[in-house]
Amino acid sequence: MIEWLHPGILLIIGALLIPVLKGRVKQVYMVALPAAALIDCILMTPGTYGTVNFMGHNLTFGRVDKLSLLFSYVFSIMGVIGIVYALHVKDDSQHVTAMIYIGSALGVTFAGDFFVLFIFWEIMAISAALIVWLRRSKEAVSAGFRYLLVHAFGGVCLLGGFVIHYSQTGSIAFSSMMPFEGGIAFYLILLSFIINAAVPPFGAWLPDAYPEATVTGAVFMTAFTTKSAVYVLIRGFAGTEILIWLGAIMALYGVVYAVLENDSRRLLAYHIISQVGYMVAGVGIGTEMALNGSASHAFAHILYKGLLFMGAGAVIEMTGKRKLTELGGLYKTMPITMALYMIGGFAISAVPLFSGFVSKSMVVSAAGESHLSIILLMLTMASAGTFLHTGLKLPYYMFFGKDSGIRAKEPPKNMLIAMGMAGFLCIFIGVFPGTLYSLLPFAVDYAPYTPQHVMSTLGILGFTALGFFMLLKQLDPEPTVSVDTDWFYRKGAKGFMWLVNKPIAYIEYNIVGEAYEFLIQKPILKAAHYLRVFDTEAVDGTVNGIGRVTLAWSSVMRIIQNGQVQYYALMMAFGAFALVTWFIFW
Amino acid sequence: MNIFEKILEDPKRFRTVKIIFYISLILIALTEIAVVYVFHLGHGHFRFENLPAFGSIYGFISCVLIIVVSKFIGHHWLMKKEDYYND
Repeated sequence: MIEWLHPGILLIIGALLIPVLKGRVKQVYMVALPAAALIDCILMTPGTYGTVNFMGHNLTFGRVDKLSLLFSYVFSIMGVIGIVYALHVKDDSQHVTAMIYIGSALGVTFAGDFFVLFIFWEIMAISAALIVWLRRSKEAVSAGFRYLLVHAFGGVCLLGGFVIHYSQTGSIAFSSMMPFEGGIAFYLILLSFIINAAVPPFGAWLPDAYPEATVTGAVFMTAFTTKSAVYVLIRGFAGTEILIWLGAIMALYGVVYAVLENDSRRLLAYHIISQVGYMVAGVGIGTEMALNGSASHAFAHILYKGLLFMGAGAVIEMTGKRKLTELGGLYKTMPITMALYMIGGFAISAVPLFSGFVSKSMVVSAAGESHLSIILLMLTMASAGTFLHTGLKLPYYMFFGKDSGIRAKEPPKNMLIAMGMAGFLCIFIGVFPGTLYSLLPFAVDYAPYTPQHVMSTLGILGFTALGFFMLLKQLDPEPTVSVDTDWFYRKGAKGFMWLVNKPIAYIEYNIVGEAYEFLIQKPILKAAHYLRVFDTEAVDGTVNGIGRVTLAWSSVMRIIQNGQVQYYALMMAFGAFALVTWFIFW
Repeated sequence: MNIFEKILEDPKRFRTVKIIFYISLILIALTEIAVVYVFHLGHGHFRFENLPAFGSIYGFISCVLIIVVSKFIGHHWLMKKEDYYND
């Protein structure tokens, strides 16, 4: 019997069987796989498992404690829901990629050292980029490449930070980085984590890539990358003060963009940034209550955000349209989708009796207990913004508003079932918060349902709705796109290409090229010319001259050396005669 | 005809829904005040949280601010034509 089965590796290896199976068996297998991972996680007891010796180091694949278990539960639950939602999709490559993606997120969750963390971190980035690419449209391919570039950069930061950390401490263990605060390893690893958590200005990859994925692929994407980043932030950076402010700014940043957004899933993507802002702020506050809040909010968030993406995805699937300006009036034909979407909308807006109410308020209260009044006001304002967009604007323009004339049917049954599962959990957590609280890493001393909290929340939500209906005309979606920090690498890349094609090419052809011609090419030609002249005149001349002299001599010699003895005798006689004459007369 | 069509497409029922909405807003604001000042059930972390109907007022201000400020930034800076990134 194996001591411990890694649920992530189970999913990654199990995924490879999907293309072999057919029909009903395949569908059952696809749901059973993440369900098996969930059961595997539930059966685990805290401890350290899966230790492998590799090049003199102990790699830890299974650090099992309350925190990793909490995230592993919700990751596998979302895996089951997401797969049910995607059951009707015929493209096996999408299913395999999704399974590997879920598996890698579980791998990150249980990783006990930086080496294992890095491996799963990279698998996660690549499989997520593949999910975007598998929509197979031109926009998706470009967005996938941009996604991969950003995450490759983040991965390199993680690797660099890990190597420096190892060279300084001699340890690869992944635990709190707080004792090393201020060091370069600390900041590199923090940077790689906040890139994945989509903290501005490093978060533009999220609303860029998620809406370009397939309807079913985007549902997976909402759950794993940002929330596994929240998980590693809780592990490594609890109490890092800068995260408080980054988180609060992030919560409002997403809200501002959501006002401007026309693409339904991009609007929801900006609200992921906004919601992850609460979790990041909680990590920064770093008290037990704040960390409980971050963890529980991540748990609740995965379920309601999945539900919202499933709702918006169902509309896109059935109408083929994703822009709010082109939608409207769908309440007539898609009432079930709308009702299920609204459960997610109420949950994210922290309406009492829905999951967001019991998790988000923990972070906000933790900010209060730590006397961070401005943070509390910023987070509360972001709550109003959340309800304004996700609970009011998006459903209003998608399901009500101006009738677009589209009479789309309800989506396939499996999509509705998946949405129902998520919707059930959103309400269950809201009504029975004790179940979620018992799973949190620290003991919970918090009661969400106090009269003042319930009433002030209802006040915030009710009067946000009033403001919404009063300013409805202002809020009409406009057919525009909003520039985010991805401008720097989207327009930046274009600017770079322009720089290459225009000024640099000009300089190259007209200045460097000319200069080259004048300074190098022409002198070389000239020198070559002189050398050639010297060669022909002097070198060749000498050689030829020698040749000519030799030839002249040899023609003289030939006359003498004709091989006839009488001539030689004559020559000898002549010579003797000359010698005798010289002796006599000299 | 589903329930939403029944409510929204009948002017009478729609009016009733609107009235219920406004009445419930008033009730919420009043209850919020009552919880703190009549029943003394409140304990906000900061003094401003105990202002009369703080949630209602702050919610409304937040909503208006978010819409106005975001649209201002959008129209003057961030919003571009849809083909902005394609050449």
